Amino acid sequence: MSVHDIPATDQESRPGEAVRRHTVRREAASGPARRRLSDLPGWLLAGTAVLLLLAVWEAIVRAFSVSEFLFPAPTRVVQALVEGFGNGTFGKHSLVTLQEIIYGFAIAVVVGLLVAVWVSSSRLAEKTLLPIIVVLQTVPKVALAPLFLVWFGFGMESKVLATALIAFFPVLVNATLGFNSTSVEQINMMKSFGATRLQILARLRLPSALPSIMAGLDMAVVLSVIGAVVAEFVGSQAGLGYLILASNTSLDVATMFGVLVVLSVIGLILHYIVVFLGRRLTFWSEENRGRNVAP
Amino acid sequence: MTTTVMRFDHVVKKYGGSTLAIDDFDLEIGDGEFVSIVGPSGCGKSTLLKLVMGLEPLSGGAISYSADARSVSAMTGMVFQQPLLLPWHTVLDNVLVPSSLQSRAQRKADQGWARELIEMLGLEEFAASHPYQLSGGMQQRVGIARALLHDPRILLMDEPFGALDAMTRDQLTMDLLRIWETDRKTVLFITHSISEAVLLSDRVVVLTPRPGRIADTIDIDLPRPRTLATINTPEFGEHARRIRQVLDGTEAVTS
Ligand SMILES: Nc1ncnc2c1ncn2[C@@H]1O[C@H](COP(=O)(O)OP(=O)(O)O)[C@@H](O)[C@H]1O
Ligand SMILES: [Mg+2]
Repeated sequence: MSVHDIPATDQESRPGEAVRRHTVRREAASGPARRRLSDLPGWLLAGTAVLLLLAVWEAIVRAFSVSEFLFPAPTRVVQALVEGFGNGTFGKHSLVTLQEIIYGFAIAVVVGLLVAVWVSSSRLAEKTLLPIIVVLQTVPKVALAPLFLVWFGFGMESKVLATALIAFFPVLVNATLGFNSTSVEQINMMKSFGATRLQILARLRLPSALPSIMAGLDMAVVLSVIGAVVAEFVGSQAGLGYLILASNTSLDVATMFGVLVVLSVIGLILHYIVVFLGRRLTFWSEENRGRNVAP
Repeated sequence: MTTTVMRFDHVVKKYGGSTLAIDDFDLEIGDGEFVSIVGPSGCGKSTLLKLVMGLEPLSGGAISYSADARSVSAMTGMVFQQPLLLPWHTVLDNVLVPSSLQSRAQRKADQGWARELIEMLGLEEFAASHPYQLSGGMQQRVGIARALLHDPRILLMDEPFGALDAMTRDQLTMDLLRIWETDRKTVLFITHSISEAVLLSDRVVVLTPRPGRIADTIDIDLPRPRTLATINTPEFGEHARRIRQVLDGTEAVTS
């Protein structure tokens, strides 16, 4: 008797659902594939959503005659933007804040990378500095902004340094993580071909760390914008943060919203510059493979 | 035997003061000799190569080797179990890594030779590709080309085909044999495959696990050049059986 002719009684005696023959057949779908709304490009969907939101906002403000001192309509904000850039105030203050952001960010990147190299190449530095850094990271750095004012004055220096301090930690932490992500095997490989410590750092650990570094820079650039504005809140004579305070005092809420728009645009542009650079530099990383971003 | 190229003199290696990874390892390798070390996982095979390359300090004994080369690092070429390519470099740049570590001029001077090596390993279409666009076997070919860039007299290979599927493995083994026949480098080849060791080697060193000691050394006198057909000869089977016996013996002792 082969396995194929088990007596029928055997099957019937089992409890539960009776065994029946099932057949599955798959073939290509006929006709064109169904189009879904989610097939549309992301920018188009997001853009439409934003426009819809603005329209609803405008409609509500008009329908209920909301005071423009409380909540100006989008058209009123656009008007404030046109005026602000027309008479030069927005341009002047934007330039101040943009400078603070870029200088602060640059200092954070340079110092952050240097400290990360130091921490990840010296056991002694790692053991002594890393715990300190972890603790300092949790200190709310914005709380130090008033002190910076005392130390460095009302000018741009105190804002640049406050921005640098806030942006420094994500750069340092992510770069350290990145530098330490290199495997022992890869380091041994480089050594076996005669690489010096410096060569291992420059040609293996630095490029390996780039995806992580770029993620840190992205966080840092967003924090830089926040840092510069908060530092200006604490005490300043120029900049977009100053402009927000000034327009708030004069109940010019539309201008305040206009400044918010300018700040968001600055943040977005800086974010996209970092993302674009990151994709170019790390085209080989697992995340970017297949994105077709190779140089 | 011809001149001795590499000598292990009562080598001892302890990890962390307690784990005895290698004990009293004594071996002489002649010029142009292909020596394999076989042994179960964890018996200290990789440790031996790390000791040779100075990647780990010895706990006792000495290792010495000599060869004609432009520099100390050009004496040897090492192939690892993982390809360990730099993902941001093209195949050509990966092969050129050993030269680029010396100088820009050296890298430039070796470009033509690097291309020849890439061709020799059947990768000419992929010279400008990046590692992630290559299969595992192709990546390992790049690793071999890189080890050959300095045209070193000594090749060190740590289970180079261990992570590959059987068919790719056979292909690469035969390619290695073909390349080796052209100038007969001194090779120290680590593997846990008995048939790979017999097919490639002049001599097979069987290592016992914990601590890694030499259980036996078996001379493989099969005629060269060898092919995949060599595997089916009775002499091949005899050598493989011999090694299998030694290995089984060592395991019986430890269990
Ligand atoms: N860096 C290390 N620190 C401590 N023990 C190690 C280290 N490297 C290897 N060992 C131990 O030494 C023994 C031999 O390891 P290894 O040379 O990698 O063996 P194999 O290559 O034959 O598999 C193993 O027991 C392993 O656990
Ligand atoms: Mg190993």
